Amino acid sequence: MTMIEHDKIKGMSDRMAQAEVKGRSPWADARKRFFRNRAALVALVVLILIGLFAAFGNSIAAWSNEDIDYEVMGSAATLGAPSIANGHYFGTDDLGRDLFARTVQGTQISLMVGIVGAFVAVVVGTLYGATSGYIGGRTDQVMMRLVDILMSIPYMFVLILLLVMFGRSISMLFLGIGLISWLEMSRIVRGQTLTLKNREFIEAARATGVPSWRIILRHIVPNLLGVVAVYATLLVPLMILTESFISFLGLGVQEPLTSWGALISEGAGTMRYGTIWQLAFPLGFFVVTLFSFFFVGDGLRDALDPKDR
Amino acid sequence: MFGFILRRFAVAIPTLLLLIVASFLLMHMAPGGPFTQERALPPQVLANINAKYGLDQPVLVQLWNYLSGVVFRFDFGPSFEYPDRTVNQVIAAGFPVTLTYGMISFVVAVLVGCALGTAAAIRHNTWLDYLAVGISIGAQVLPNFVMAPILVLVFTLILGWLPGGGWSWSDPAFWIMPVIALSTSYMASIARITRASMLEVLSSNHIRTARAKGLPESKVILRHALKPALLPVISYLGPAFVSMITGSVVIDMYFSTGGIGKAFVDSALNRDYAVMMGVTILIGALTILFSLVVDILYAWIDPKIRY
Repeated sequence: MTMIEHDKIKGMSDRMAQAEVKGRSPWADARKRFFRNRAALVALVVLILIGLFAAFGNSIAAWSNEDIDYEVMGSAATLGAPSIANGHYFGTDDLGRDLFARTVQGTQISLMVGIVGAFVAVVVGTLYGATSGYIGGRTDQVMMRLVDILMSIPYMFVLILLLVMFGRSISMLFLGIGLISWLEMSRIVRGQTLTLKNREFIEAARATGVPSWRIILRHIVPNLLGVVAVYATLLVPLMILTESFISFLGLGVQEPLTSWGALISEGAGTMRYGTIWQLAFPLGFFVVTLFSFFFVGDGLRDALDPKDR
Repeated sequence: MFGFILRRFAVAIPTLLLLIVASFLLMHMAPGGPFTQERALPPQVLANINAKYGLDQPVLVQLWNYLSGVVFRFDFGPSFEYPDRTVNQVIAAGFPVTLTYGMISFVVAVLVGCALGTAAAIRHNTWLDYLAVGISIGAQVLPNFVMAPILVLVFTLILGWLPGGGWSWSDPAFWIMPVIALSTSYMASIARITRASMLEVLSSNHIRTARAKGLPESKVILRHALKPALLPVISYLGPAFVSMITGSVVIDMYFSTGGIGKAFVDSALNRDYAVMMGVTILIGALTILFSLVVDILYAWIDPKIRY
């Protein structure tokens, strides 16, 4: 009798000593849903592999991207094909530069452009959209009209105009892409803010006298993270597309730097001479990466917003 | 409705003026003038050239001259690179070509995209649906500058069916690849949007009513489902048009079609600001005009929208 009592009490005290029952946060739920999505998971693994390729590709490359293989130079069509024997895993271009090293370099720059563009969009777009939506009224009207105006400008042409007038440098490219990337984001964030703004917890914060900027930063922005994360993931490939487009025209990154767009352009120009690998490898990386980003973005959206399926 | 159109114009016109003024001021802020060269010209020659193009006047006077020229006379001034040609002539040489294949691409993208999306939604979860979804996902990552080399590789270098570039007004064989390259990714987007909205509309109450009263399925789709389902597509037409015009630059460069994009990139490489600005402003005007038309169309079709 006493033994049983003792057991019960011990169990009870054990339970009470434990921290409160661990609830599952919406983020943990989302993570579980994401990992159950096979396509998104594969895409994520592919993206990680491509990231590793960009980070460590140079250390497995037999040639540096600046070296010229004089034995191949000028006869890339016959001697420059991909081969393990001479260390040109992806072949060479017509100047005898190693395409593997060039692809690593292009991957680095393209990924960087995509991530920087998306980052600017997240910071500027979120703050702008949340401010506009939270303040509302005339301020909101003016701020959103400005976005409307900027969005109806054919930005690719303006971007090229900027690049030509202020020099075709990679920092100018970043600046130009950053200038346009946040527009759509600010619209989405504003829409979300409008629905959040009348909820009780915001009202409570306002009632206790929290200043507006603090409400925006502490209460609105954290609740926007889901939408922002999904949209940012989908924005990275769009930024990569924009940069590649400009580089394809020869107006983006300049030699000796390169990007996927520049490499595709080069490969597209020389494929008539039979150097198909010059097109195939950069194109392959480009398409696979874009695909993966879209799949991860879709997977994230499904995971964070299970209603919307 | 009339008030809405008026208000929409009230935004469009300042936008266009802003674009003109901004690109003009950008040109002025740019380091180096249009005639700055590696080998410096004698100061007297440079002064004469500047005087000829009116570059010696105060900025505001130049701005006014340019603005009034563009707005009142549709005159973009002389080209800085080719003294014997005006920007208007450069544009007139390339624009008809761009407009021709651009319009064909636009129509193809919209028609094929809508048809594919609708078919996929009607045959939901059949092989046709999976095929359409597969195509639209695949085509999403095949922008024009990826499609163009692949098409040339397959149809010119391997099969030898189509000419690999150039333009002919009489031979549509020259038009095929530019149109496919330009329209594929937008066709995919339109198909995806149509499918999603069609699926939503098909499960709505008024479709159930239409079916319940015994209408044949073809009539249900054409008379009752198509119009509401195409609303999201209409709002996508504006951005699609902009991107297509932008994409025409790649087409002109890669297929040597001789359109306006080639003039734009050449002027960008030569720093021929006058041509660049002319093309940018023209395309900006087209874009703004088109999104205006789309907005009005949308408000006219969708009675729920009240501005």
